[in-house]
Amino acid sequence: MDVLKIATAGSVDDGKSTLIGRLLFETNSITTDKLEAIMASSKKKGLDYVDLSLLTDGLIAEREQGITIDVAHIYFSTPTRKFIIADTPGHFEYTRNMVTGASNANVSMILVDARNGVVEQTFRHFYISCLLRIPNVVVCVNKMDLVDYDQTKFEEIKSAFMAFAEKVRFPEQEISFIPVSSLYGENLVHQSAHMPWYEGVSLLSLLEAIPLEQHLSEEVSRFPVQYVVRPKSEEFHDYRAYAGKVASGLLRKGERVVVLPSGQETTIAKIEKFGREIEAAQAKESISLLLQDDVDISRGDMIVPISQLPQQSRQLAATICWMDKKPLRVGGSYLLQHGVNTSRAKVSALSNLIDVVTLGADSAVSELKLNEIADVQLKTAKEVFYDSFTENRANGAFILIDEQTNSTVGVGLIK
Amino acid sequence: MATHNAVFPRELEDEAIYIIREVAAQFEKPVLLFSGGKDSITLVRLAYKAFYPGKIPFPLLHVDTGHNFEETIQFRDELVEELGLELIVRYVQDSIDQQKVVEETGKYASRNVLQTVTLLDAIEEFGFDACIGGARRDEEKARAKERIFSVRNDFGEWDAKKQRPELFDMLNGKINLGENVRVFPISNWTELDVWNYIREEQLAIPSIYYSHERETFERDGQILPYSPFMNMSEDESVSTRMVRFRTVGDMTCTAAVESTAVAIDDIIAEILSATVSERGARIDDKRSEAAMEKRKQSGYF
Repeated sequence: MDVLKIATAGSVDDGKSTLIGRLLFETNSITTDKLEAIMASSKKKGLDYVDLSLLTDGLIAEREQGITIDVAHIYFSTPTRKFIIADTPGHFEYTRNMVTGASNANVSMILVDARNGVVEQTFRHFYISCLLRIPNVVVCVNKMDLVDYDQTKFEEIKSAFMAFAEKVRFPEQEISFIPVSSLYGENLVHQSAHMPWYEGVSLLSLLEAIPLEQHLSEEVSRFPVQYVVRPKSEEFHDYRAYAGKVASGLLRKGERVVVLPSGQETTIAKIEKFGREIEAAQAKESISLLLQDDVDISRGDMIVPISQLPQQSRQLAATICWMDKKPLRVGGSYLLQHGVNTSRAKVSALSNLIDVVTLGADSAVSELKLNEIADVQLKTAKEVFYDSFTENRANGAFILIDEQTNSTVGVGLIK
Repeated sequence: MATHNAVFPRELEDEAIYIIREVAAQFEKPVLLFSGGKDSITLVRLAYKAFYPGKIPFPLLHVDTGHNFEETIQFRDELVEELGLELIVRYVQDSIDQQKVVEETGKYASRNVLQTVTLLDAIEEFGFDACIGGARRDEEKARAKERIFSVRNDFGEWDAKKQRPELFDMLNGKINLGENVRVFPISNWTELDVWNYIREEQLAIPSIYYSHERETFERDGQILPYSPFMNMSEDESVSTRMVRFRTVGDMTCTAAVESTAVAIDDIIAEILSATVSERGARIDDKRSEAAMEKRKQSGYF
């Protein structure tokens, strides 16, 4: 059983919540008590239909305003796969929530209202999907019922979308288009009878067939040390293991490795998964490593194969999405968290404020405001062991933390 | 209903263990909130695995409402004994005796809401900076909005509009003095995932999860366990039924379901065909559409 993470974004009117509600309904993932509750709420609001968006808009403020403010997580499964939807708001003012929801996604699902076609928000969603290197994008052209299931309309939207997409997509990214009507469930779970001209599969079949990122294990191996396990008990007196999650690649027993930053070389003596010994561990597995030699290692260090060294530097160039009301300024100092490692960092330069719709870049930037995206140069107090985000998503991103408020204020993707 | 996955997605275990190890690494005084229910039993298993062969480096905290299922308390004590854990118990009754809270009255009286005060007092008493809980996002719509590291202010309050963004798998546990973080390692698990995990790991669970004979009565279309703590009205009468519980909470607000499930496989089959969610059997959530959000704002876990 594998897990597919989907990020959706959309505005109030494009029918995103209804589409998700439908998917849950059609896969029998809504229980009657939840359904009854939203039926009652719909009635109370004076609606003559069941507003499935009430399922996902979980906060009082969201129901009041009828909009999605924060990321909601929704779960459903089929016999072969578990799906997690991160449902995010589509408005510009919630760009940071969109980035948050999309950061873990395998698939980005973008909704377009068939009547309105591609709009500014469509570009924004797609741009963010590309920025975060989401490997699969599914464009649902919704409300096809309102344009008489017209193929020409669908093709027009597809062309308009691709004209923009070709400028920002990366070569390995898969982009698919599906004409749907979420209100009537057309092409969601079953093939629509109204659109015989559409030769593809239904949305659910498409989602079930999307390949997961198997290539993760083919990438360079990175093991950030998260926690040192030292039981000091009688039975395990000299036991010392380095616990963590394999960020990328594959680690094998017997492999020669180097510990960073000390640079000491040693061999993986044992790989343990909760007491059970295993021969190899792949990306995303939480394991413990036992090493041949006594090496000084602590949290934040990184263990890598001797032939696959990461970049190491105290100067970082990155694209930043800013997430705080207090703007980012040159000279500002923050705590940088890269995986489980932290270091002080200072902003040395700011450039290329990006307009995600026109794709224009403004080179003179004095500050970066909430929800804006630009290039930044940082100087760190400690060396950071990284890969470029485009080569290795798992070791190429960091967050910035404001040391006064302790809040997460930005995310960076290393160039 | 027909979510038919019969296999536990192991990726969820790796993720949960990663989160638990982050807690031990980032915080000075973490604690695991233990209710004796299946979700907190799962958490104990995950914590055990995360630090094996070392011991779990934090204690368990049980906020005892006094309205417990006896079977749960017995189970709790056996588990603590077997794994050599440290257990702290704090009592809602003490908060009532100290006049910090007032017992609810009427037929829906429950100590569910009161336990927040006892919890916040315990956090302050021990200086806990991180409380690991077994809440899952699929349980309830306000919980669907919850972060994995959820920061609470020094009154224990949750501010939904001020949540920190959580990017990739990076967890920011930095807090100001007096604040604490609620941590939810099994955020992405569903009820079925928990049961599949319990089955695959062969975990013991309190007997009340299995079908048993019990004195019960009906109220608002639900079957409630009879107990001396229950305020019953005159038209409600006790009868014996074969039931089991889907969640374990305070006795006064946990409804039973009629069931013949005597093994884990029976329970899983029941869940697959159930048309009511597990929190559908929690009277505490039925108080209003925003019952959970409001409780969370005031410090409920």
